Amino acid sequence: MKHHKELRNHQREIYFFRLRLIISVVFMLVLFFILLSRLFYLQVVRHSDFNTMADKNRISVVPIVPNRGLIQDRNGVVLAQNYSGYTLEISPAKLTDLEGTINELAKLVDIQAKDRKRFKKLLTESHASNNYPIRNRLSETEVARFAAQRFRFPGVEIRARLFREYPFRERTSHLIGYVGRINDKDFELLEANSIGANYRGSDYIGKIGIEQSYEQQLHGTTGFEEVEVDAGGRGVRVLSRTAPKSGATLTLTMDIKLQEIAEQAFGSFRGALIAIDPSNGEVLAFVSKPGYDPNLFVDGIDTDTWDALNNSPDVPLNNRALRGQYPPGSTIKPFMALAGLDSGKRTPGYSINDPGYFNLPGSRHKYRDWKTGGHGSVDLYKSIVISCDTYYYGLATDMGIDTVHEYLEEFGFGKKTGLDMEGESAGLLPSPDWKRRRFNQIWYPGDTVSVGIGQGYTLVTPMQLAYATAVLANDGVGYRPHLVKQTASDGTATATPIDITLQLKPEHFALVKRAMTAVTLPGGTAAYAGSGAAYPFAGKTGTAQVIGIKQGEKYNEKEIDERHRDHAWFIAFAPADKPRIAVAVLAENAGHGGTISAPIARKVIDYYLLGKEPQPAQPAKVKVEKELD
Amino acid sequence: MINRLQQRFMSHLDPMLMGALAALMCVSLILIYSASGSNTDRVLGQLVNIIVAFAALWLVANMPLHYLIRSAVPIYMLGLVLLFGVAMFGEINNGARRWLNLGVATVQPSELMKIAVPLMMAWYFERHEATLALRNYFFATLLLVVPATLILRQPDLGTALLISASGFYVLFLAGLNWKIIVGLLVTALGSAPFLWHVMHDYQRQRIVMLLDPSQDPLGKGYHTIQGMIAVGSGGILGKGYMNGTQTHLEFLPERTTDFIFAVYSEEFGLFGNLILLAIYMFILWRGFVITANASTYFTRLMAGSITLTFFTYTFVNMGMVTGILPVVGVPLPLLSYGGTSMLTLYLGFGMLMSIQSHKTLVQS
Repeated sequence: MKHHKELRNHQREIYFFRLRLIISVVFMLVLFFILLSRLFYLQVVRHSDFNTMADKNRISVVPIVPNRGLIQDRNGVVLAQNYSGYTLEISPAKLTDLEGTINELAKLVDIQAKDRKRFKKLLTESHASNNYPIRNRLSETEVARFAAQRFRFPGVEIRARLFREYPFRERTSHLIGYVGRINDKDFELLEANSIGANYRGSDYIGKIGIEQSYEQQLHGTTGFEEVEVDAGGRGVRVLSRTAPKSGATLTLTMDIKLQEIAEQAFGSFRGALIAIDPSNGEVLAFVSKPGYDPNLFVDGIDTDTWDALNNSPDVPLNNRALRGQYPPGSTIKPFMALAGLDSGKRTPGYSINDPGYFNLPGSRHKYRDWKTGGHGSVDLYKSIVISCDTYYYGLATDMGIDTVHEYLEEFGFGKKTGLDMEGESAGLLPSPDWKRRRFNQIWYPGDTVSVGIGQGYTLVTPMQLAYATAVLANDGVGYRPHLVKQTASDGTATATPIDITLQLKPEHFALVKRAMTAVTLPGGTAAYAGSGAAYPFAGKTGTAQVIGIKQGEKYNEKEIDERHRDHAWFIAFAPADKPRIAVAVLAENAGHGGTISAPIARKVIDYYLLGKEPQPAQPAKVKVEKELD
Repeated sequence: MINRLQQRFMSHLDPMLMGALAALMCVSLILIYSASGSNTDRVLGQLVNIIVAFAALWLVANMPLHYLIRSAVPIYMLGLVLLFGVAMFGEINNGARRWLNLGVATVQPSELMKIAVPLMMAWYFERHEATLALRNYFFATLLLVVPATLILRQPDLGTALLISASGFYVLFLAGLNWKIIVGLLVTALGSAPFLWHVMHDYQRQRIVMLLDPSQDPLGKGYHTIQGMIAVGSGGILGKGYMNGTQTHLEFLPERTTDFIFAVYSEEFGLFGNLILLAIYMFILWRGFVITANASTYFTRLMAGSITLTFFTYTFVNMGMVTGILPVVGVPLPLLSYGGTSMLTLYLGFGMLMSIQSHKTLVQS
């Protein structure tokens, strides 16, 4: 009995044991199922994710920076180039004692206070990169000295790379501009335009001038090398290589020799000069004086030099040709004359009697001519030759401000010329509307009178005035002015669109041009500059007032502070019968257009048309001819 | 003559288990060659490990069962003494006190306890089989808790948990009341905050990393993330033998040891994993068959515990590599490089074979 019971217990025990074993097997199968699901999830569902991650682990993409495109003038003279050199770079993140490291480095290579300041400025301006140069253009000896002690300086490296150089320095500063290290603002802009990827590895970007405006073409396309690396970051092999595409070489429309002659013609005067080929809009010379050395900006300028440039009373950083806005003075008269003829307010034969001043009907306020006593009987032709103010006071009043505005706007005043350089100023062509918005005042008839002789509110840039002159010279057809002739190396020039087509009568153009030619002949306001010209030389003088002259006062140049003297304008084109060049010259505080500015234009045109170089070392004769405007 | 010698040599070895072990041995050697970057020394080292472990397996398989039963108490006591020794005089390595220098050799007593604890518990239950009462379960639990606590204090959370698991399997198979099991589970969950409190920082970090490995991809989560990348990037068919980039470019840590499954998964893919899991399941199936047919209480408990522990090691390692379990430092049974783990595992299989082959002898 007892035995029987034990046996039954034994069987029960085996039964319960096997039950537990089956539970264990089920438990195990459940876990195996979980494991298999996990494997399926990782290896099938999320396979591509993990594959990407594995590739990201092992493939390091190393950017290969393209060579920046060269910039050359129309004859192939290089204006911006690259040269290879050594730079000593510091990664501040890898250092504990930045100051101490620099002090130690200074024992090996020449590091001046200037370099330290520049370095500090770079650190605060840019966070996009990890390495910052403390010294550029290391000599071979310095490179060797550092290389021997390199182990002492983790986080400091010598890199060989291309530097940007502007061999003509000041001469091309406002035209070419410069590149500089990419700072936080540039970086944000690149990211915003989603071209940041193309700048991986790039340290420089065009900051101003052609370098900025043609950044996209000059930069080129960054190449990439896919390198397989191990966990320690060591390269194992190169998987693929996409070669970089160098930036395009830009050929400019300008002639560096012409630019040099123009610049030297200014002597010690500040100012600007633009020369345009009226038949296609090519800018032949682009001068803004004074300039600055763009090479200073390439690797960051130190604070002292920057302050000196920025606070100079000569404002060398201001691009006068593009952004300088001045009253056009009498240079507006040929355009006013064309407007007067076309609007029917004046005929070629109509004459006024100039008493030396102008009165608005019902007013006793005198708008004075520059010549006391007046010019007597003046028709349209004479009004340009001798620059009669009274004629244009009356003309503007007869036309009314709206008509004046309409015609001058057609010549491109008051708006950007569309030049292929960023930062152009639009100038100012006043209107009653504008005055209400700007000053909340109504337009007075007296305002119109001043506009007639290019004073008052009117402002133009040298660029605008040059373009308008080119349009006039070309009988009303304006090709959009441009600085770059071609961007591709295959020689295809960019087509120039016609921006302005004026429906004015050819005989009106002929009359005005004839009058402008007489300006440089004896009896004209620029007879001195025109003497002995080997071609018909058309021009017009102008004076831009810097300070207002009170009613009844007389302008006396000698009594006025030099910086308050009038700016001298001269616009010109030649040969007058078949113009190949149009020029606008502005000499700041030079007084009279005929004396200072016109000879500058003459020298430029002489060289351009005849290849004649001016006699060297002839000091500019400042002869004040009071009777000439 | 040769036939008879062969028969005598092979008679106690289970052919099915031996076949599966041989298959995994080949996989192990092939994998270690790839994972070590074609290091033949490493492969030969593993071969030596396997030969030594096989000798132990052969000895145990040929040992009559009562030898095994009799050895339970001395082995357990020895292990316990050594564990106390470690706690007092152990060598500190990587912040953990796991090794004991005995003058002639340095030993890691926790490895010995992987066998000794279930052996001791099975012996204890066999002894009290006739009059099994609740207090017997309690005392058996004590046999488990004392060494487990000592190992936890070393600290070695992984080994402590795995030994606890193998001890728990003995309790479970010995018929521990369900109510108590549920009670224990509830207690375990309830004591989690307390455990969290006594855990070392690095142990806590491992658990945090399990929950979110991306939190610290270059630090503590690195192992898990790189393991998952290796497995996931393997895809269905794998990158091919010797072509695993995670393995060969050394992004994967512990390639020949704890993370060898990631190497396998990367190079052989889901397809290879199915084959590998099938081999493991075959071994487990065989283990369960031997367990079910075991003739005595002791052998049933021992065989069941060995089989379930083998499964646990396999699952915990694979779970760790695939990111569903924390990185606890458990090698993959039979594939990972390592002499001690190979020896422990082969000893277990030797016992299984002995239980299988001596069953008929006991019955007759």
